[in-house]
Amino acid sequence: MATRIDVNGLTAYYGKFKAVADVNLTIEPKNVTAFIGPSGCGKSTVLRTLNRMHEVLPGARVEGRVLLDGEDLYGAGMDPVNVRRTVGMVFQRPNPFPTMSIYENVIAGLKLNGVRKKALLDERVEESLRGANLWEEVKDRLGRPGAGLSGGQQQRLCIARAIAVEPQVLLMDEPCSALDPISTLAIEDLITKLKSSFTIVIVTHNMQQASRVSDATAFFSLEKTGDPGRLVEFDKTSKIFSNPTEKRTEDYVSGRFG
Amino acid sequence: MTTATVSGPAVDGTADRLGLRGQSLPRWVPLAVAAGAVVVSLLIYLLTPVDSEIQIVLMAAVVFVIAMTAISTAVEGGRRARDRFATTLVYTAFLLAVIPLVAVLVSVISKGVGRLDADFFTHSMNGIGARDVGGGIYHAIIGTVEQVLLASVLAVPFGLLVAIYLVEYGRGRISRMISFFVDVLTGLPSIIAGLFILAFWVLALDQGFSGFAGALALAVLMIPTVVRSAEEMLKLVPNELREAGYALGVPQWRTILRVVVPTALPGIVTGVMLAVARVAGETAPVLLTVFGTNLINSNPFSGEQSSLPLYIYSQAGQPQQFAVDRAWSAALVLIIIIMVLNLIARLFAGRNRLK
Amino acid sequence: MTTEPDSSADAAEPRGAASATAPPTDPPPAGGPAAASSGKARVGVADLIFKNLTRTAGIGLLALIAVIATFLVLRATDALSANTGNFLTTEEWFPNASPPKFGVAATLYGTVVSAAVAMIIAVPVAVGIALFITVYAPRQLSSILGYIVDLLAAVPSVVYGLWGLIVLAPHMKGIQLWLNDYFGWIPLFDADSVGRSLFVASVVLAIMILPIVAALSREVFLQVPIAHREAALALGATRWEMIRVAVLPYGKPGVISASMLGLGRAMGETIAVALVLPASFNISEHILSPAGNTIAANVANGWGEANDIGRGALIASGLVLFIVTMIVNILARAIVARRREFSGSAA
Ligand SMILES: Nc1ncnc2c1ncn2[C@@H]1O[C@H](COP(=O)(O)OP(=O)(O)OP(=O)(O)O)[C@@H](O)[C@H]1O
Ligand SMILES: [Mg+2]
Repeated sequence: MATRIDVNGLTAYYGKFKAVADVNLTIEPKNVTAFIGPSGCGKSTVLRTLNRMHEVLPGARVEGRVLLDGEDLYGAGMDPVNVRRTVGMVFQRPNPFPTMSIYENVIAGLKLNGVRKKALLDERVEESLRGANLWEEVKDRLGRPGAGLSGGQQQRLCIARAIAVEPQVLLMDEPCSALDPISTLAIEDLITKLKSSFTIVIVTHNMQQASRVSDATAFFSLEKTGDPGRLVEFDKTSKIFSNPTEKRTEDYVSGRFG
Repeated sequence: MTTATVSGPAVDGTADRLGLRGQSLPRWVPLAVAAGAVVVSLLIYLLTPVDSEIQIVLMAAVVFVIAMTAISTAVEGGRRARDRFATTLVYTAFLLAVIPLVAVLVSVISKGVGRLDADFFTHSMNGIGARDVGGGIYHAIIGTVEQVLLASVLAVPFGLLVAIYLVEYGRGRISRMISFFVDVLTGLPSIIAGLFILAFWVLALDQGFSGFAGALALAVLMIPTVVRSAEEMLKLVPNELREAGYALGVPQWRTILRVVVPTALPGIVTGVMLAVARVAGETAPVLLTVFGTNLINSNPFSGEQSSLPLYIYSQAGQPQQFAVDRAWSAALVLIIIIMVLNLIARLFAGRNRLK
Repeated sequence: MTTEPDSSADAAEPRGAASATAPPTDPPPAGGPAAASSGKARVGVADLIFKNLTRTAGIGLLALIAVIATFLVLRATDALSANTGNFLTTEEWFPNASPPKFGVAATLYGTVVSAAVAMIIAVPVAVGIALFITVYAPRQLSSILGYIVDLLAAVPSVVYGLWGLIVLAPHMKGIQLWLNDYFGWIPLFDADSVGRSLFVASVVLAIMILPIVAALSREVFLQVPIAHREAALALGATRWEMIRVAVLPYGKPGVISASMLGLGRAMGETIAVALVLPASFNISEHILSPAGNTIAANVANGWGEANDIGRGALIASGLVLFIVTMIVNILARAIVARRREFSGSAA
């Protein structure tokens, strides 16, 4: 199933401000690709261009192409709503809908797509929660508010919510940065498991995490504040962390910078 | 990584295997439909006995919504059509609401400027009947200014003290009761405030009608607003500031008065100005307690006074054109005063560093 | 916005500020023992005086309400005991006659109906405006519009009344005739003649509370966390679905209390209604007919020629209005509190 993403000459703006310039990379299907780099270099921005969430912000726009199995997301006739259903997203802070129960949170996306049959919904809820390694912990309290869970559980609930609509790609923006080490480990395990079904892109500040979970790593950086961020190096994770081509990458991954 | 060719041969761009495409209407369509709706309803206006502008506008809105929904259902279908329907409704609601609200302002300005001459500001209604031209709002302005100032002098310190009690000391049943009754007062219809003061001050204590009685009624209306806004602002003052005060050995009352209140002050002033702006436009409580007069009475503590809202009410109630003209001009003056008060409130809100 | 009655007490709880004077059962706040003990040594006369000053103000507020309520009730009972009609069911209003006969039925009916119709018209439109400003309009436009709505909310009701009387009422004739022609089979819209009716008063009230409800709803919608909106969009929600899933549920308690505030304003509105309505005392379901009255408008109109009993009667009707608005407020608070329980753990 999962899908390949080709990013060609991507430049993203916030109003007049050019946040990232000329990014080219290819994200392989059923792989975990990590985005690393110093704060403000545009990792989140690039990630959000991959499912057209960037343009949701007022004044934000994108140049260049993002091909999903050869189809340009930004081409004519593309529907951002369908794009976002195909390319799911998990955010930095867990954000379950506060007015919904655990069950309702998981089926939120399905309901939007018109799935109404109770049996099918029940099945999907269990499947998604199992997929997110959360089922055993919440199966007895599906009717309770999603916001009543712990931070780590909430984040897994958000992952369950994202995979319930069966996307092709899962984007994760620092999914563990608000979590404790144990919950972080649980999410990392989950990512490793999920990559058998999804193409995964993850932004992280944690070098160990990048080297633990990812197959390929993209290192972004920027010359100085005010300049647009750029992709410095993109390669297999093992290569980036052991023997990068660029001096700047080496400085960064070895902790001499940022 | 070598299994990267799952997607097989390059997918034909038009196949849309992932279902990313969607039909969507060009951006000019809503504008064109809106124009069409206006034309259709104008035609109806010309060809049928419908003769009210309100109907034409409503009809255009209905035609627009129906046409957009039909077109969108046909072209975009399903969820997109529902989204379009919501968008159409929101835009229509907005435009429909703008019409009367703008009409109010336009009426007040266009009908109000007529009498905005020096006479209007410097004369009272002494000896002027409804059929007479001339007359002014001097007595009404004096009344409004005095009543609102007096009300503020009563309500602001009192409300501030209550707010300080609730935030800094309050706990337990009493503060909960106070808080509850502040809420009750917030929802109090303004005419009830007038009746309160009427029954208590004017009738029971036999103090008679006066500007001060009006100020009391307005103060009752101001207090909850002042308490609530001051309370919100005081709560926003970071606790570290208080603790810093105690760590230096400054007594609590001085910390509150010298550190906490000044920090919250811009926000409190904003709340006070908004409360002042609100009571300056109140008619009903003033009607019951100040009574109204055509003469200049600059002593708020004895005898009937006038006030701008009261003036508008009494002039508007008379069927003569000169009286109505005076009402419009007074309304314009009142709105300008209230806008200025609001602007001042905004200025202070801009200075607010909390939140 | 309305606040829970005990919220201020809760908020005061964690304040180190209170520790110096707090009852001993309160645990000292973290990091505060030093401050507390040094504070305790210095709790001087001035501190006590200041504390008691603020406390007196608070208790003074309670006393004020008690005193005033007492006098209102006293005045009202004088008139009520002279009444030869049933105060709650009589439609006529002849308190100045001898023997006096008056009741609040007709004016209470007018109050409730005109406010309810105003709500039905205003609330959906106000929510639409608030959504337009917070979700649909471009950013620059939205802040300007927010400002304008705030200003319109501050326009005094007497101005709306003036406009309603002089400008709107003549224009309402056509639409009322049209409603009567096509929907006259519904008793509500059946009328022998149309004119300055309860319906016109309702429209004026609707226009008056529209900016108030819209301004408050806008503030509520602005507070919906971006994270919730983005979560919905990222699931593939359209803009409307995002509103339905993230904005409306989150904003519902706030919109309810904004609407209730609007309802309270509409029910208590005096001058705008007094200017528009012809003041008659009968209950009629034909809201297009030139008739009707509300409690507040009746007080303003009847005030001038009222004798002693008449004033007492007006005060009694004011008490009824007060009780009704209080019930509305308490109901609103109960609804809001119930809905908060679920989302409460989220906040
Ligand atoms: N909503 C926005 N409006 C304007 N500028 C923005 C916005 N979001 C981000 N930026 C700017 O775009 C640049 C890239 O931001 P981005 O959030 O993509 O960085 P990042 O690499 O994700 O940083 P971090 O590691 O801190 O999350 C930064 O200079 C940032 O200030
Ligand atoms: Mg980021």
